[in-house]
Amino acid sequence: MAKKKKTTTKKKSPPPRSRSRPRPPMTRKKSPKRDRSVVSKKRDRETLDKIESLAVDVTKSSLAQRDPYLDIPLRTTSNTKWNKSKRLLEMGASTQRRNLFNLGQAKKFMQTILLAKGCKDLVEAEKTLSLRGMYYMSLHTIAGTKEKTFAEQGESDTILEDLEVGLDSLREELHVFAKKRGTMIGNITIIDNGDEIDCRRMGTGGYAIPSICEPSVIQFKDCEADFVLHVEKDTVWSRFNEDRFWETYNCILTEGSGQPPRGVRRLLHRLNKELGLPIYCLLDCDPWGHYIYSVIKQGSINLAFESKRMAIPDAKFIGIRSGDFERCELSDDVKIDLTERDIARAKQIMAYPWFAEKRPWQKEIKRMLANGFKMEVESLITKDISYVTEVYVPERLADRDFLD
Amino acid sequence: MAKSHLSGIFIVPVDGVDNVSELGGSEAEITILNRRPPPATTHDTIRHDMPKSKSKSKTKPRSRPASGKTSKNGQAANAKKRTTPRSRVSAESLAEKQREISVSEFFAKNRHLLGFDNTRKAMLTTVKEAVDNALDACEEANILPDIRIEVFQISETRFRITTLDNGPGIVRKQIENIFGKLLYGSKFHRLKMSRGQQGIGIAAAGMYGLMTTGKPVLIISKTSKKKPAHEVLLKMDTAKNRAEVVEDTEHPEDDKLFPDGHGTQVAIELEGKYQKGRQSIDEYLEQCAIANPHARITYITPGNETVVFPRAVDVLPEEPLEIKPHPKGIELGTLMQMLKRSEENQLSGFLRSDFCRVGPGKAKEIAEKAGMTGRTWLTKIGHNEAESLYQAIQDVRITAPPTDCLVPIGSRALLAGLLKEVKAEFFAASTRPPAVYRGNPFQMEVAIAYGGNLPADDLARVLRFANRVPLLYQQSGCCCFKAVTETGWRNYNLSQSRGALPSGPLVIMIHMASVWVPFTSESKEAIADYDEIRKEIKLALKECGRKLGTYLNRRKKMQRESERRSVFERYIGEISQACHAITGTDAEKLYQALFKQAKRKTEEADLELDDEGKVIDDGGRLSDDEDVVILEERQMQIGELDEAPGATLFDDSSAPVQRKKKVLRKKKKRILRRK
Repeated sequence: MAKKKKTTTKKKSPPPRSRSRPRPPMTRKKSPKRDRSVVSKKRDRETLDKIESLAVDVTKSSLAQRDPYLDIPLRTTSNTKWNKSKRLLEMGASTQRRNLFNLGQAKKFMQTILLAKGCKDLVEAEKTLSLRGMYYMSLHTIAGTKEKTFAEQGESDTILEDLEVGLDSLREELHVFAKKRGTMIGNITIIDNGDEIDCRRMGTGGYAIPSICEPSVIQFKDCEADFVLHVEKDTVWSRFNEDRFWETYNCILTEGSGQPPRGVRRLLHRLNKELGLPIYCLLDCDPWGHYIYSVIKQGSINLAFESKRMAIPDAKFIGIRSGDFERCELSDDVKIDLTERDIARAKQIMAYPWFAEKRPWQKEIKRMLANGFKMEVESLITKDISYVTEVYVPERLADRDFLD
Repeated sequence: MAKSHLSGIFIVPVDGVDNVSELGGSEAEITILNRRPPPATTHDTIRHDMPKSKSKSKTKPRSRPASGKTSKNGQAANAKKRTTPRSRVSAESLAEKQREISVSEFFAKNRHLLGFDNTRKAMLTTVKEAVDNALDACEEANILPDIRIEVFQISETRFRITTLDNGPGIVRKQIENIFGKLLYGSKFHRLKMSRGQQGIGIAAAGMYGLMTTGKPVLIISKTSKKKPAHEVLLKMDTAKNRAEVVEDTEHPEDDKLFPDGHGTQVAIELEGKYQKGRQSIDEYLEQCAIANPHARITYITPGNETVVFPRAVDVLPEEPLEIKPHPKGIELGTLMQMLKRSEENQLSGFLRSDFCRVGPGKAKEIAEKAGMTGRTWLTKIGHNEAESLYQAIQDVRITAPPTDCLVPIGSRALLAGLLKEVKAEFFAASTRPPAVYRGNPFQMEVAIAYGGNLPADDLARVLRFANRVPLLYQQSGCCCFKAVTETGWRNYNLSQSRGALPSGPLVIMIHMASVWVPFTSESKEAIADYDEIRKEIKLALKECGRKLGTYLNRRKKMQRESERRSVFERYIGEISQACHAITGTDAEKLYQALFKQAKRKTEEADLELDDEGKVIDDGGRLSDDEDVVILEERQMQIGELDEAPGATLFDDSSAPVQRKKKVLRKKKKRILRRK
């Protein structure tokens, strides 16, 4: 089945979030694990009901000698809509029907049902598992054959995303999380599963942003920061941390190891929405950097159904800009030639509706194409080791020289 | 190897080489000397270009020194080493050394032209010539051939090949000519489909035997019950191209050798090498049996095993008719010769009686176009007239030659032959309508066998036949091979890399029937690459390929269906279990419901329509096709059990053995585990 994986679409808003709920008093250092909030329990009940109704549908049509099927929303570019007023990517209404009695879909059908059962067991046990754990949980050899239910983890990962959109439940509601990635440091104290964490005292390593950053897990305690600086990679982040940039400029520093995972995006979203902090992004000057910015700002195509919870339409792009080569008088050594793929990707990005209407961005990408080279944030190190933290970013912030 | 070297001594070294060894010249010299031997030395020069020329025109001796002169000048620089200056030789002294070369001498020196290049091939060629002659003789006399070949090993490198047939026999006075003279025979001067062509074969085999072992050829022949059998020992005199009778005895009438009362036995002793496998006597006889299903062939191997290729068809092929040459098929020289030899006196009569497809009207048309009339005397036609006559023939439209002179093996007989010798599961044959190349009618037949016990990973095998004679050597130089590689087998669900044979368990058999098969050399190993011939082969191949493609498609489809069913069966178990865990519905009930549905779905799919809109039944369209045979798997297994001896060459014999080994190993493991 060549079609891309499915995505959820029902646009019903996720079950009531505890966003505005008053935080539990911070006095308790550790909350016992068993103490699950009423809301969580209610949410689990809803998730179980959804899984059950899916299985009941299949059972009913089977017993009635009808062809059992599952409808799974499409997670493709064509099924993604740009909502101009909300400045978000949203998922369209197209779905893909998955039939049991279709040679190409039979196995996926079986896998979807298996994972649904796995999630049900997980929710009932009130435990969470990683994606890889889920893979092992549903992995076994089909009776009477040598075939395994899943050939590799990749298969179960995409099916799980299908299930997410198909059930209109979030991954967290299914009690599944991804491998964590991304780091944070700065003028903020948070409470993570009852543990108070002072992000000003995280040493050189920083606070590892968990994969689930829902209000039920993470609450913000006190924040003095004025803004959030998100950088692309760990290496640049370390530079800023070592120079105590967050202290000097009173901010929060985050990093997403390339394309930021859901946890980082969710956290940034909450910092922006709940604490009203502006988000500034320092990314490479190449199509991939531009796309990272685009994902942070208006959501990704694959996870369009989560845009509302993740996108930050007010995020700003600091750099690196294509004009910085001349402005910062960089040497020729930092130029990296654009490949065929880069050029194709850049043109693709230029044509996205959310870029198409922004003159400065069109100019920016055109200039990069005209230059014929890309630049990484690290290229600024050629000027001076701390040029980026002492000159580049402060100047941009002072000038309010951003791309929107 | 040492022995084969010994036999090589019989090849008299080329003159030039002799000189070089005397002079101890450099390599550069060798090439020059080889090309033009200096006149001062040996003069047994063989004039390859005109071996038979008898006319000693006076201009010849004169023209030679002239060319010799330029060669001397050319050599002057290289010949500086010579100590004695070269003296001029007169034309007269040269003329003394110039003499006629006999055909036998020529072929004795150039025996590779006849297929006696090495000891192994010599054995095969000898068997081949003997079998060809036997089959030809039997068919001409309307006798179902029963041939016995014995290869007896006398010493490590010496063999005696004895061929016995039940043919009409040979009258006593012709024995010397047929077995002792090269280029003597009944087949050269006529246009009729037969195995032999020039009358070189068997005599050359005898000559080879004599040269390598010094032993004469032994012939015993009996022409009828009432007449005595003659036993003749023949030695060939190569210088005279004539046979010498060493011994001649008459046998009593009740000779046990010939139960039918007639037949011929030929025994030739020769230096040889026996080796099984590709291009062996075994393979040759096996293919012979495929192409001649009406013959019974008994073969006694050097290991003294008896292999019988039984008769598959009890009817002799139709007697091929002899035809006259077609006007479009001859060349100017031939035309002039025919004019000279004709028994007719006038042009019209000549054209009508010495050619086929020329009636009075056409004769008149040709004559007029050539500026003559039908009553022009043949004696008046000189070179210029002959040329315009030749041109006229090219310009006039003449019906293609008659094709009833061709006797193809026939699709049914081809399939019978293949079925007998090849263990495959699918057979298809195709016979093309007759066609014409250079005025010679010919007809192509193709049969293919696929699957079964044939080796699956190898390239396809091409079996080539010309007038029912298997061709084993020079495959890549043959028109058939080119046609196979040029055919796009990928269209028929086979894999094929660019410019190569298709790969897979496939045997392709190609037969050319013609009054004159255009071989690339006298040893008759490959068919010349005429466009018309290649086109016909390709058309026949495509026809067979289409049938094979249909069969493979159907097989694939059936496989897909059974796969599909098993896929569903595999997954519905999982699904019913999972649903049971989620909803609590009875898993067994759910499984039964889903299984019922799965069965219904796949049955619908089984009833898919073929590309002609018919419901595909068991046999499909192929079942109606007379030229296709499909063996079901069960039959194949039975066939495997009572495997006929001699059928092993085509089998992937190593595969079943391996399978057995594996089974044994498994059993062992099981036993070990139990312990």
